[in-house]
Amino acid sequence: MKRLFAWTALVSGCLFFLLPLIGMTEFSLKMRRGVYSFDAYVRVFEDPRFWETFSYSLTLAAATIIFGVLLVVPTAYWVRLKLPQARPIIEFITLLPLVIPAIVIVFGYIRLYNTSSILPLTGSALGTDILLTMGYATLALPYMYRAVDTGLRTIDVATLTEAAQSLGAGWFTILARIILPNVMTAVLSGAFLTLAIVIGEFTMAALLNRPAFGPFMQLLGANRAYEPPALAVIAFAITWGCMGLIQLVTRFSKHERAKA
Amino acid sequence: MAFLDLSKLEKTFGTNRVVKDFNLGIDKGEFVSLLGPSGCGKTTVLRMVAGFETPTSGSISIDGQDVTDQRTNQRAIGMMFQAYALFPNMTVADNVAFGLAVKGVPKAERTARVTEMLQLIGLPDLGSRFPFQLSGGQQQRVALARALAPSPRVLLLDEPLSALDAKVRVSLRNEIREIQRELGITTIFVTPDQEEAMSVSDRIVVMNGGIAEQAGAPFEIYNNPRTRFVAGFVGTLNMFSATVEAPESGLLTLAGQSLTLTKTAIAARKGDTVTLALRPEAIQLGRAEGRDFVLPATIEEVHFLGSVIRIKARVAGTVVALDTFNRPDQPPPPVGSSAEISFAADDVILLPE
Repeated sequence: MKRLFAWTALVSGCLFFLLPLIGMTEFSLKMRRGVYSFDAYVRVFEDPRFWETFSYSLTLAAATIIFGVLLVVPTAYWVRLKLPQARPIIEFITLLPLVIPAIVIVFGYIRLYNTSSILPLTGSALGTDILLTMGYATLALPYMYRAVDTGLRTIDVATLTEAAQSLGAGWFTILARIILPNVMTAVLSGAFLTLAIVIGEFTMAALLNRPAFGPFMQLLGANRAYEPPALAVIAFAITWGCMGLIQLVTRFSKHERAKA
Repeated sequence: MAFLDLSKLEKTFGTNRVVKDFNLGIDKGEFVSLLGPSGCGKTTVLRMVAGFETPTSGSISIDGQDVTDQRTNQRAIGMMFQAYALFPNMTVADNVAFGLAVKGVPKAERTARVTEMLQLIGLPDLGSRFPFQLSGGQQQRVALARALAPSPRVLLLDEPLSALDAKVRVSLRNEIREIQRELGITTIFVTPDQEEAMSVSDRIVVMNGGIAEQAGAPFEIYNNPRTRFVAGFVGTLNMFSATVEAPESGLLTLAGQSLTLTKTAIAARKGDTVTLALRPEAIQLGRAEGRDFVLPATIEEVHFLGSVIRIKARVAGTVVALDTFNRPDQPPPPVGSSAEISFAADDVILLPE
């Protein structure tokens, strides 16, 4: 009886998530009357704005990941090694982006970094891109920090650090050659989550008036019928591709298997 | 001046004084063990030598150079940890080569040194394996090779055998000692295990409550403990209360019989009570030549340990442990039977009050 309930709950859950996806995919294939076709997808891929906005978002995602890794890995490492008492504070700070809406953050940015401020980042395209990268890094912070922190929990950070120090290594060598490679899977999962967030983000990019993929999806959704669900399916495929990559990296990382 | 000199070392954590006025000089090539119960400060001393802890006061010098304020990575030390601490992302060869790579040693030289080190620890074919593919004993051997590869001035061993099973512990401790002798490297070994410390050390420092209670060769520490703690911590000890009859001649009364101590004059007055101690191997079951002091006993426990039989007997109201060698023609006495024990006055240790 218990097993029946479990299976019912599982099947219901799957249907709840899968039915809208199946419906959306089916609708995206109905552009040509009476037959299923990939016309909507072809239209999307033929649109030069798709490639422009997608490559822009991809570039910013890469910048966000690099900045996020440089910020989060040393911070999480230092908190674990030297400041365990500061952990609750850091965790609270990293959770703030989940509580504060992106629109509040971006309005704060515009107010602080407008053309009449000391640091007029919004005055140039590059400056705004930097600002947008910082914004994306803030949005991805809860995911990146938790992923890295979980990775650090699987290794004996203190002893490995001391072992490396006793062999003559300095902080940079320890971080680059010992800590980072040992939490690489965690960093990559954080990186892929960041990529997924950046690709679909709308609010910040729209309000900072940058040609990102999120505003393009919104624009297409407001004006077309079949292309938006096709675009949504593409976005899902990218996200799932990222998840698959995480699994793949874990499987091919030889020393990581020891932890499993 | 000693090669490694620890002078007036103190370490305080908050209000807790963990190490108090610790002084120790270690000669080049010497193997010294810091022995004591957990919380006695032995690991803190080792960590101060390594540079992981900064002394509250005092100084540390290696080969005449004051290293008290130097960072760990500038001290040229090698260290083995209880938890192996091999880098999981690197192969055995890369682990061993790590210290050399940090020093900027050219690749060809590095490879040769790694081969030499892997041969030294008896694992020449395991260079391409990852740590998780090795047993605990193999991992600790690799950790030793890694620590030795950059030719450190001092080797620090922080309870490296604690995580291993009994058989591996014995063989590995002997291997470590052999390699240490071969390379002539100055070594500090921290352990709570007295047998381990006694079997491999040139000298043992017995620590208690943050101070060094006694330092000396294992033979000296075992046979002539200077404090009650050392006597009790190192080896098993049977203790008796005796009354002083004539302090100048060493005459005492024990269980109503007279006993004259030949080794030590008694620093007590007539009528005082003193504590005498005897090692289990100093007590003989039954009468024996040269063991003049005989007491009646009742056998309470018999533990057959293979080559040795440990017997617990009640003597003058006290339970004493004594060891006899196993002889097939001489079965151990039954529990509850009456017997006699004997010992020589020379074997009696007079414990300071």
